[in-house]
Amino acid sequence: MMELLRERKYLQFLLLIVIFILMCKLIPATEGNWLWRLPSLLAQFPTFIYESVTFLMEDWWLIDVYDPDINEYEQKPLVREITRSIAAAVLFMIELVREIMLGGVKTIVAFTSWDYVSDNEWAELPGLPWTVVTGGVAILGYHLGGIKLALFAGLSFVYIAVFGQWEPSMQTLSFVLIAAPMAILIGLLLGIWGYKSKTVANILDPILNVAQIMPHFAYLIPVVVFFSIGDHAGAVATIIYATPPMVRLTMLGLKKVPPEVTEAGRMSGCTDWQLMRRVLIPTARRDILIGVNQVIMQCLAMVVIASLIGAKGLGSNLLIALNGLRIGLALEIGVCIVLIALVLDKLSLAWANKPTDYFADQSFKQRHKHSLWFLGVFVVGVLLAWIGSFQFKEGFNYLNVIPHNKGITTEPFWQWGVDKIWDTFFYPLNEFNKWFIVEVLAPVKKAYLAMPVAATFTLAMGTAFIVGGIRSALIVGGYLLFIALTEWWDRALITAYLMTMAVLIAGAIGIVVGTLCAQHSTTSRMLLTWCDTLQTFPSFIYLIPVMMLFGVTDTSVLIAVVVYATIPAARYTVVGLNSVPASLHDAATMSGVNRIQRFLSIELPMSFPHLALGINQTVVFALAMVVIGALIGTDDLGQLILGSLSDREGVGTGLILGFCVAFIGLAIDQILRTWANQRKAALGIPD
Amino acid sequence: MATETSIASEPVIRCESVYKVFGKNAKRMMKECGGVVDPVKFREADCIVGVDNASFEVHQGELLIIMGLSGSGKSTLLRCISRLTQSTAGKIFIEGQDITSMGNRQLIKLRRNKMGMVFQSFALLPHKTVLENIAFPLQVKGISTKESIKRAQEMIDLVSLSGRENYFPRELSGGQQQRVGIARSLAIEPDIWFLDEPFSALDPLIRKEMQDEFLRIQGVLSKTILFVTHDFDEALRLADRIAIMKDGIIEQLDTPANIVLNPATEYVRKFTEEVPREKVLKIESVMDPVNPGDTFDDISVSSDAVIETVAEVVLNSRKPVSVVNGSGEVVGAVHASKLVSLLFGGHSKETLAQEALAQKTSDRAS
Ligand SMILES: Nc1ncnc2c1ncn2[C@@H]1O[C@H](COP(=O)(O)OP(=O)(O)O)[C@@H](O)[C@H]1O
Ligand SMILES: [Mg+2]
Repeated sequence: MMELLRERKYLQFLLLIVIFILMCKLIPATEGNWLWRLPSLLAQFPTFIYESVTFLMEDWWLIDVYDPDINEYEQKPLVREITRSIAAAVLFMIELVREIMLGGVKTIVAFTSWDYVSDNEWAELPGLPWTVVTGGVAILGYHLGGIKLALFAGLSFVYIAVFGQWEPSMQTLSFVLIAAPMAILIGLLLGIWGYKSKTVANILDPILNVAQIMPHFAYLIPVVVFFSIGDHAGAVATIIYATPPMVRLTMLGLKKVPPEVTEAGRMSGCTDWQLMRRVLIPTARRDILIGVNQVIMQCLAMVVIASLIGAKGLGSNLLIALNGLRIGLALEIGVCIVLIALVLDKLSLAWANKPTDYFADQSFKQRHKHSLWFLGVFVVGVLLAWIGSFQFKEGFNYLNVIPHNKGITTEPFWQWGVDKIWDTFFYPLNEFNKWFIVEVLAPVKKAYLAMPVAATFTLAMGTAFIVGGIRSALIVGGYLLFIALTEWWDRALITAYLMTMAVLIAGAIGIVVGTLCAQHSTTSRMLLTWCDTLQTFPSFIYLIPVMMLFGVTDTSVLIAVVVYATIPAARYTVVGLNSVPASLHDAATMSGVNRIQRFLSIELPMSFPHLALGINQTVVFALAMVVIGALIGTDDLGQLILGSLSDREGVGTGLILGFCVAFIGLAIDQILRTWANQRKAALGIPD
Repeated sequence: MATETSIASEPVIRCESVYKVFGKNAKRMMKECGGVVDPVKFREADCIVGVDNASFEVHQGELLIIMGLSGSGKSTLLRCISRLTQSTAGKIFIEGQDITSMGNRQLIKLRRNKMGMVFQSFALLPHKTVLENIAFPLQVKGISTKESIKRAQEMIDLVSLSGRENYFPRELSGGQQQRVGIARSLAIEPDIWFLDEPFSALDPLIRKEMQDEFLRIQGVLSKTILFVTHDFDEALRLADRIAIMKDGIIEQLDTPANIVLNPATEYVRKFTEEVPREKVLKIESVMDPVNPGDTFDDISVSSDAVIETVAEVVLNSRKPVSVVNGSGEVVGAVHASKLVSLLFGGHSKETLAQEALAQKTSDRAS
């Protein structure tokens, strides 16, 4: 018996389940019973964090700062001075870009003063007419990637202008144009540092792990504390959120550079700097460019969230539209965000891949062809705007800026659609919704909440032990212990419930769809393209259509989470199945197995490591989305994080809540990754 | 070929008791052992011996081949000499300068002006075109784009890749990629040329073609060359001298003929056992002294020609063939029968072959 148990993992697992159920049944749900709920020993932790941060910001290390207004030195805390300078610098850059696009006085104020601006009427940046910006983007697209890119970029901007989203879009763009390059630069530098120094890599690794799973909201609160609110705070939060994938991919890419290529660079006589700049980074460009793409996507995903702490632009408009249930408007704004993301991504990619022609002996005119074109577009655009100022008498110059509420809109159409759906399907939808909530969600939620803490620990640590031994069990136990000792264990259970439901459904759909598509190379490619496209949509976009159908309920959140989390499941399934060597297929076919047998006995086990990693990603995606669901109202950890945003003393609470979410993800990550690695090792698949 | 005069002058590369030990404890172990490396003891201390007491010289224009099985330390030795790795002990002189103690800046200067290297896996920069790859060492050196592109174009012509300037490495076959690798390593006109198994990743047919190409290029440029291979045929085709390595130790360093005829160790003897003699030996090793009154065929062969290359001529002549040295004096004679016994080995075969030869002679006579 014991022998068998030691041999067979699934028997161990069965035993574990039995113990788990017994514990659930036997442990009474009484206050004060430590087996039922642990005492919240960490309850004071948030206050402690708040106080330390306040001390840091108010009293720590006072320095003398010269104040020109009163012509005296004043004592100010160092940290606050530093964050204030950073904030000012970031804000200045954002305002500069913004005022080039839209006009304004703040840039001039930065060099002079408010008095100067109010005294001199001419002291204002006029802002470019939308025609010039659009033409400029199209020319840039042509310069970098040819006619197709030019059309795509140009038409995207025409859409933005015509639909009356110009102003918020340019506000968002100015913000992204500062945040993304900074995130890319910081990420690249940290990545290089981590590549060069083992110690730094070891320090960065756990931070990156946590950062990857920390919910977006969790970054907002500390940022508000250090940088207060506004566009700069939004930018800082975005940079913090968007940098980790860049760091990780830079490190990964550099590590993958073949040693012989490095040696070839050295033998070519490169200095360290030349080696990095001209050999290592370009050779690692595939991964680094994926990093750049991720940064841009993260930046736009943060647009809405950053609006919670004062970033102007599309994000706050979208949020208002969503809250007002104006689905059509939300959709139009969502499309703007996606278009900006795609244009930026494609332009940056084209820039990185642009070849040089060494043989063409070009004249000045040829070399600066595109700049000259832009000059032309500029003159024509400004002229048009000038003519327009006479033409449109009622105060709106459509050739300069199409104002917010004066563009084309398809909102009535969508509203009509939504109404139609509601009219036609109200009963079935409502019935389904009610049934789903009452019969499925509520009982599962109840079951989760009825789990004694001891049982949860046993199940999680037991699974970790079976998969990865004592080390894994202790790591998982550590993560859970942290959550259990806060006062939010129940909330965490709700998050876990939404997440597990979503992962189960998304995993099932993703694996089935992925498997079906993987049977054929055309469908595989199609699915991967779809995944790529869907992944560029910022996560909250997914909330729009489901809210259309199910209103503000757990069902909406769950469906949005499922749709979002299906992407990685499907992608990894296809990649995994396609990575099974063709020779194995042939060998199997020659030994006479049929298609189904082949799938079950060869392809599935061979691609298991990929599947496990896919599920791992599904968990990460699902967690992120569950927390975002708080924006439309759930009662899990996300809701609390959102709440702590408006709390003056919420910095500790928000951080700890963020860690709670991250640790749920990390615990699952620990188990799945260990499992995948073991299978990989067993199957002899290299990393 | 190494001539008498260049031996007298300063060698281009000189290694003095070079050791390379991998592992954290390498330095300490090296100090403790006092020059006598016991691989077992080293392995216990988590150290791997890459190169063990290598001492040799390479002279101007000489082509030294480093041979050995995989893992015998060939690449490591090469990397020590190009200082891609820092050797653990010993001294390495390049044209009299000790590179083991050279500063970074000096080293870069040396590489930019004197060294070129070709890699087994080609190691081209994937994001650069053929032209850019070849121009790379020049641009790194700070030569203007125009100038370096012009020079790169010459290199492309040298390795017969004209018309593919703007291809990316991924668009080329293995052989073509290695041509780019060769062109790149030669772009700065190095004096010393390192090649680490340059043709091992290629198909046998392409390999043969590339060896010919290599010999052609070397014929034009005559660099000082360190060439690593594990293919004896390749070594015999190319080498002036061969160093045979085993477990980091240079077992023997000598001319191909001496290695085959007088193996220094049992290992070298085993290694060379299967090598066909005619591929190694020169005519002078089988020629007979000239007896007064001998009559020769009209043709003559050079005394340092490898037997295989002239065997057909000798076998097809009715009379013995005269052997001449570099300055054209007759120094000996080869008889077809002697070649036959060498080519076909054993006694019975020899008689058979002799009969065949006799047959041929009589055929011609009639
Ligand atoms: N960076 C390294 N770290 C540790 N051991 C190494 C390293 N490079 C090479 N070795 C070891 O040194 C020995 C010689 O390797 P190498 O010079 O590459 O052999 P060869 O080129 O003859 O195939 C091998 O045992 C190899 O495992
Ligand atoms: Mg090697």
